[in-house]
Amino acid sequence: MFEILKKQELAQNIILMNVKAPRVAKSAKPGQFVIVKVGDKGERIPLTISDYNAEEGWVTIVTQIVGSSTEKICALNEGDSFSAFVGPLGHPSEFVYDNIEELRSKNILFIAGGVGTAPVYPQVKWLHEQGAHADVIIGAKSKDLLILTDEMKAVAENLYIATDDGSVGFKGLVTNLMKDLIDNQGKKYDVVVAIGPMIMMKFVALATKEYGIKTIVSLNSLMVDGTGMCGACRVSVGGKTYFTCVDGPEFDAHEVDFDEAMRRQGMYKTIESRKEKMEQEKAAGHACKIGLDK
Amino acid sequence: MANKIPRVPVREQDPVARASNFEEVCYGYNVEEAKLEASRCINCKKPRCVEQCPVNVKIPDFIMEVANGNFEAASRIIAEDSLLPSVCGRVCPQESQCEGSCILGIKGEPVAIGKLERFVGDWGRENNVDLSEVAPSNGHKVAVIGSGPAGLACAADLAKMGYEVKIFEALHKPGGVLEYGIPEFRLPKNDVVAKEIDNVRKLGVEIETDVVVGRTVTVDDLLDNEGYDAVFIGSGAGLPRFMGIPGENLNGVVSANEFLTRANLMKAFDQEYDTPIYVGKSVAVVGGGNVAMDAVRTAKRLGAESFIIYRRSEKELPARVEEVHHAKEEGIIFKMLTNPTEVLGDENGWVKGLRCVQMELGEPDASGRRSPQVIPGSEFDIECDVVIMALGTSPNPLISSTTEGLDTNRWGCLVAEDATGATTREGIFAGGDAVTGAATVILAMGAGRASAKAIDEYVKSRK
Repeated sequence: MFEILKKQELAQNIILMNVKAPRVAKSAKPGQFVIVKVGDKGERIPLTISDYNAEEGWVTIVTQIVGSSTEKICALNEGDSFSAFVGPLGHPSEFVYDNIEELRSKNILFIAGGVGTAPVYPQVKWLHEQGAHADVIIGAKSKDLLILTDEMKAVAENLYIATDDGSVGFKGLVTNLMKDLIDNQGKKYDVVVAIGPMIMMKFVALATKEYGIKTIVSLNSLMVDGTGMCGACRVSVGGKTYFTCVDGPEFDAHEVDFDEAMRRQGMYKTIESRKEKMEQEKAAGHACKIGLDK
Repeated sequence: MANKIPRVPVREQDPVARASNFEEVCYGYNVEEAKLEASRCINCKKPRCVEQCPVNVKIPDFIMEVANGNFEAASRIIAEDSLLPSVCGRVCPQESQCEGSCILGIKGEPVAIGKLERFVGDWGRENNVDLSEVAPSNGHKVAVIGSGPAGLACAADLAKMGYEVKIFEALHKPGGVLEYGIPEFRLPKNDVVAKEIDNVRKLGVEIETDVVVGRTVTVDDLLDNEGYDAVFIGSGAGLPRFMGIPGENLNGVVSANEFLTRANLMKAFDQEYDTPIYVGKSVAVVGGGNVAMDAVRTAKRLGAESFIIYRRSEKELPARVEEVHHAKEEGIIFKMLTNPTEVLGDENGWVKGLRCVQMELGEPDASGRRSPQVIPGSEFDIECDVVIMALGTSPNPLISSTTEGLDTNRWGCLVAEDATGATTREGIFAGGDAVTGAATVILAMGAGRASAKAIDEYVKSRK
């Protein structure tokens, strides 16, 4: 089984776990994800891989509590196990296949939003190990919600922080910080990789398009199986439909239809919130009299 | 005259009641019914039913034992050729195979072979008949990819021959299409599927779930680093097709695979489970095959007015007659000679309807089927909240694209010899939907068995 070897709270409602999964750890590459499941009745939830150690056979995932399923994941403790932990899924980041010399000559900027910092980390770490350099912007609402800054500092060429409230670093959005770096600090970037909330990725894409910088985003679409079987993760890229799970998760940001992607993420929101409400009422001793719980 | 007895009808759950629950539709025969039906078999000298069965179950032999009340003996006879009698008795298209060739069917009704097989399978399971006899270990290892019907049949035969067999399953539960595709009301999961898979395990077959071959490991890893002498690929046809019409990415358009996986594998119909499923007030299922019937009957059970949209006429429906009949009994609406041209959405991007055209059947084409043609000016809209696309599936490219030298045809199906399943790579065999594209459980099992035999010959030839 997929035992949790380590659990650590990175910030409020953001939990890091090292999970024993030797096969996944051995095959994992930057940019890939796993699907995890809690207990017999849990959902299959896709989470991007945040780190891995093939020798010791573990994979790191970082989960932010946003609903009942992520709450269940975060309620597990060291010694508990996931009932399923499958991966690595999706394609690795494109640069994994690039010529190393060429890669070393490139200026890459990563933009990580919130919990999106977790999947950015293994990419920057991999590049660092290959002797390539990358600058990193981490954005969060406030200082308390920043994660993995020390780890990132150790592998990034330059680390920049932006917070909405200005509690640390640049005050404002990551896109404004990026513009500041390019316009005022003489920075030049060949590639931007943005991972974070869909809305952030959309605006990064709009901004980098103006500069003509190639931009990659990693999409966190809804999924069931994660192997190309269901098509729940359909996304329009350049006017064509792709499956995020097998064709992605990384795509050319300038071609992604973000509005559709955001709308599709909300497909089950109403049902989930109704279900949650019903569970709360049930827990409070209320039984539905008109059979809505059936 | 045994054959003067009419075919014993099978008891079924009342259509009105069952249209709102997920309990099994068909109750199957009890002991008396089974014995009576079995007594109708005239035990032909040259049984055509056996030839027509893709795994060649010795049908008259087991039926004779049922007629005499020797149910354990019957269950052993079937087990020689199939470890999934309870599954096949429920989902095989008997009307076009064993029963379709039954002599009694010429002038009257064929023997209910499927229902008898189901009876024997269920009896054996309920009475814990031990079917775990295997040959002594021969020291060779075979990896099987996919725990659906093809993989299970291949693994079972190899285990019986003394091989050490491990099945790698991508999902968290074994069974493949038996688990994610076919609904509970046709094929109960805990009582039937899980138990018959347990019988395969009892032969010594190990099943490792959560392994996506092509991602978690590659076929070459299995052969080169994990010490397998041969690999059988039974990974099915899991890639759903869409129509390519405008509006297909609106919220509320799902593939039948997604809809059924949520309902079956993830048990979204049960409030105790976390996975959500959405049907709204009305559901349009596009397609006319068995998967379309499964999807539309599932949607009905979840409370939606549910209809089938099919571009040909009822006569051409590819679904089994029994499934269409059951669907109609349950109140499914059939809109025939209708073809969608666009999914219509509301201002928030949710499905609100389907734009369709009326079709008519033209002259028969090369395949002999009358091809549907659009009636000019016949465009009309149908209101619905959910559209389920049940247009068929293709094999997933994950394995073929990560295994060098493994050829596929232009439909993405693995190229494999008919009789043996031998692929274009030595030591790699394949069968089932991964080779043929979406077909039936029993054809996949037949292919799995054929490959097991070929793998045995291959491994022995290498010694």
